[in-house]
Amino acid sequence: MTASATLSSQPRPLGSGISDRLSKKASRHVKERIIEGLLFSAAAFSVFVTIAIVYVLVKESWVFFETVPLSDFLFDTQWTPLFDDAHYGIMVLLSGTLTSSAVALLVAIPLGTIIAIYLSEFAGFKVREIAKPFLELLGGVPTIVYGYFALTFLTPILQKIYPDLPGFNLLSAGLVMGIMIIPYVASLSEDAMRAVPMALREGSYAMGATRLQTALWVVTPAATSGIASAYILGISRAVGETMILAVAAGMQPNLTFNPTEPGATITSYIVQVALGDLPHGSIGYQTIFAAGLTLLLMTLAFNLLGYWLRKRFREVY
Amino acid sequence: MLKPADLAAIRAIITRAKRWDLFFSLLGILSLMVGVLTFTVLFVDMAIQGVPRLSMDFFTSFPSRRAEHAGILSAWVGTVLVMLVTALSAVPLGVAAGVYLEEYAPKNWITDIIEINISNLAGIPSIVYGLLALGLFVYYFGFGQSVLSAGLTLALLILPVIIVATREAIRAIPQSIHEGSYACGATTWQTVSDHILPYSSAGILTGVIIGMARAIGETAPIITIGALTFIAFLPTAPFSGDPPAGLFDWIFAPFTVMPIQMFNWTSRPEAAFSINAAAAGFVLVFMTLAMNGLAIYVRYRLRKNIKW
Repeated sequence: MTASATLSSQPRPLGSGISDRLSKKASRHVKERIIEGLLFSAAAFSVFVTIAIVYVLVKESWVFFETVPLSDFLFDTQWTPLFDDAHYGIMVLLSGTLTSSAVALLVAIPLGTIIAIYLSEFAGFKVREIAKPFLELLGGVPTIVYGYFALTFLTPILQKIYPDLPGFNLLSAGLVMGIMIIPYVASLSEDAMRAVPMALREGSYAMGATRLQTALWVVTPAATSGIASAYILGISRAVGETMILAVAAGMQPNLTFNPTEPGATITSYIVQVALGDLPHGSIGYQTIFAAGLTLLLMTLAFNLLGYWLRKRFREVY
Repeated sequence: MLKPADLAAIRAIITRAKRWDLFFSLLGILSLMVGVLTFTVLFVDMAIQGVPRLSMDFFTSFPSRRAEHAGILSAWVGTVLVMLVTALSAVPLGVAAGVYLEEYAPKNWITDIIEINISNLAGIPSIVYGLLALGLFVYYFGFGQSVLSAGLTLALLILPVIIVATREAIRAIPQSIHEGSYACGATTWQTVSDHILPYSSAGILTGVIIGMARAIGETAPIITIGALTFIAFLPTAPFSGDPPAGLFDWIFAPFTVMPIQMFNWTSRPEAAFSINAAAAGFVLVFMTLAMNGLAIYVRYRLRKNIKW
């Protein structure tokens, strides 16, 4: 106000220029606020997605748990929701998920960690520049293709070693899943190791330690929190993986921890039901939401564990 | 003074330690080779099986009960349409969210919640997104098992990828660019639209391509919303047919996509369909490889051209 008053006291042919400029400024301000509001709603949309996921899963599962008591869901040893004599024991699907994930992690964690240590501490610049994009490509192959590979290539080979192995089995699916997860574990662990300050390595080398000694006793402990989150990400990938298991592990619910048997997992059961045409609102339709809720809770638990590990073992330099 | 015996002992320790070093290097290369070899075997095996099946007819035929006449026409058209919906919805939303978080967001608990939430969303299994879409898009909004439902599902799935890529691309721009723009009297939006977005566009593009490459191969969420596996027709093109279809009628059409077509052929017992599956898989892997390669190229060009 004062500014315009002093300005208008000066001799000017037209006063309208100032009010024009002021009104432009005001409209500019309004435009800015509108844009900021739009951008904020885009960011807030992601929160809405989470709420929607929880709402949909809980709503449909609620109806399911009104019919099936929670104790049956947790402790029954049969999973036959589509039969006349229906049983809803999630343990059966859980055993498939845990078995296949265990096989996958037995492949992915050792190999991923070794690759990470090698790339971060041993490999030259050129090797790393070629290997990293290649690992990304390995992680980018569609999982249905991995499933096809497990079913038509790996299983016949494994059958030559174990002639008793059935055509669908958790072992071959788990092994291929492990290969699929290697890039996630390796890439994140490597990032964590590279973030360890050079001075720590130099100190170690100055004491006469070799590369391997430095890598194992200095760099790896210093990067524990990052490596732990890489493992956690690997675990949640394994638990949530669907198509490899749906294609190569058979979709037979089977309470077993033996990887050489066929089995269904939580994820492959959802696919199996979705492929048929169950009527919307039937109990079979709601089982997939109860299964999905179980899966979501598991990955949420892993995410929280990862968050806690990061806080607990974080080294600040 | 070191006695010769001590010296020999020290030398032995050094040799042993160096031997372990060498051993681990070899182990590292071997582990890398496991990955490289698996990928090569997978690709070559699929190429040997599937490439002889690739002909013009394979791309211009509908699926059929007879394996030798079956093709992927409806599948690749479906994939292109679904990707179109995904890109048109995920890119504006993701870039806007990334820009907000980097350029506008105040440091408070709302921003914290949004950030934690985005990293959480990235960890949710894709099939859970399928269940969300089944409950929300298919039944609640009534979109049905359509191109629209599938495109939006995949858009939600790749949203975190695009947001993270946008934020990283923006963070790579030096603070002095912001300061220079503000010093000239630009508003936040003028700074963003005239400077930040143009300079980060290559980085954002890389993220978008990687996200789309992931979306192309996603099978589980699309099966979950109930996409049909056998589609022997195409969505009607705009303004064709009788009565003429509207401009956007195709988004409500039933559809199938490449990975679902491949899954369908894989799950059949006949060997002839397995060959079709290999051919479809080859096309699919080729598409994702091409997209990833493009992303790597864009990133490489970006690193070469821009020196802050």
